[in-house]
Amino acid sequence: MPVLPLTGNYAVAYAVKLARVQVIAAYPITPQTAIVEKLSEMVESGELDADVIRVESEHSALAAVYGAALAGARVFTATSSHGLLYMHEVLWWVAGSRVPVVMAVVTRAIGVPWNIHTDHCDIMGQRDTGWLIAMAENNQEVLDLTLIAFRLTEDERIQLPMIVGLDGFILSHTTEPVDVPEQELVDGWLPGRRQVYRIEPGCGLSVGSISGDEEYELLRIDMQKAMERAKTVAREVGREYGKITGRYYDKLVDCYKCEDADVVLVGMGAWMGDAKVAADMLRSEGIRVGVAKLWYVRPFPREELREICGSKKLVMVFDRGLSLGHAGHLFLEVASALEAKPSMVGVVAGVGGVDMQPEDFVNIVRRYVGEVEEKGRVYKHLVWYHRGAFHEF
Amino acid sequence: MDVSGKVVELSGILVPLSRPTEAAAGETGCWRTRRPLIVYDRCKGCMLCWLYCPESAIARVKVGGRLLPVIDYRFCKGCCICATECPSKAIAIVDEV
Repeated sequence: MPVLPLTGNYAVAYAVKLARVQVIAAYPITPQTAIVEKLSEMVESGELDADVIRVESEHSALAAVYGAALAGARVFTATSSHGLLYMHEVLWWVAGSRVPVVMAVVTRAIGVPWNIHTDHCDIMGQRDTGWLIAMAENNQEVLDLTLIAFRLTEDERIQLPMIVGLDGFILSHTTEPVDVPEQELVDGWLPGRRQVYRIEPGCGLSVGSISGDEEYELLRIDMQKAMERAKTVAREVGREYGKITGRYYDKLVDCYKCEDADVVLVGMGAWMGDAKVAADMLRSEGIRVGVAKLWYVRPFPREELREICGSKKLVMVFDRGLSLGHAGHLFLEVASALEAKPSMVGVVAGVGGVDMQPEDFVNIVRRYVGEVEEKGRVYKHLVWYHRGAFHEF
Repeated sequence: MDVSGKVVELSGILVPLSRPTEAAAGETGCWRTRRPLIVYDRCKGCMLCWLYCPESAIARVKVGGRLLPVIDYRFCKGCCICATECPSKAIAIVDEV
């Protein structure tokens, strides 16, 4: 398989090409990225046989691919930050219609003030919409998870759309070597478009017209059931993907040295690479640290996290965003998932793209490991770390 | 595909599919507080009212060789856009209550 130097943006585009997507729609101005620019190039050169619809807004971009998906096409769109917020309403329509759609979200901070760097408030704001949500640590994972998204969303047990997230600039604009699978391998693994219904001329069907309240609620219950099933199907699809690439995504949480760890750092996205470096630095000091990186936020891997974190001395959740007025997004989710609560610290940091180095992680972990040793048990819902300063709420 | 309600189960997945049918949302004529009345002596049969009606509650009916608009009061909500648009002032408005 060829290894190519690819930015995160290009890794998405290559995956979309390998998936033989038929319709792409996007709004080609800020905060769009080079993802759709590269795809347009591929279509123009004849490498990819797809229609590109240039629309006037992100709301319309998702609406356009929603329509094409209902008609039976394999579709893709990409956005970021404010564009994703503008799309928010349509995300609910797509998921509620049970139609497979794949979207890449380059995570970026939301204004004001304007900020083009990464944090996770945009993607985490979509948790309630009924989309599956995955998050990549590096550009290889970007390509792999995007490909997996096509097969997962179209699985007849799921039929829900999916977002694949990648950190703005840290991944989207950084070049890394990426192993790109051969087209024939992907063709053998990814079957043609599967969906439970299509809206075609003459079919006489309409989607989403007003229903009784009971019917509405029954549809929502069915979506929740599909989300729960998606945990099993994601592991299954990730295992099958491993068979053709050697890279297995047969779980929802990717663990690094968690087994013998006393302290587990939980988080998602690119900075989990820094967390792993920090874990090794702390291990050289005798503090046994592991990293539990979430590949999936939706469905939320409750059971896996209970298994990984349940018996640890200290669980530290790192969030690159928060629900103002309470705590970090992932902290709230992890804390609600663990039945027996170990010592827990919710750390928010890196908001608005503020740089976080392995040394920062070391600094934070050392402080709270010390506090647990001193007090026995510590439970802090929000410690906001900013450039060496600790703001405890 | 058997679609009779607003929701249908297909391959184990519940989907919000329906067929457009008359009175899918009930007979909405009961919402009306004002009633448009076509004065057929003045009506020239231009069908602008039929075109403008947002509820498709006006039908075209052949009466004695002429095509005339007929309001279906089961669905007319009484917005009276037809009366506003009628170039012949052939639609009167009367209070329902």
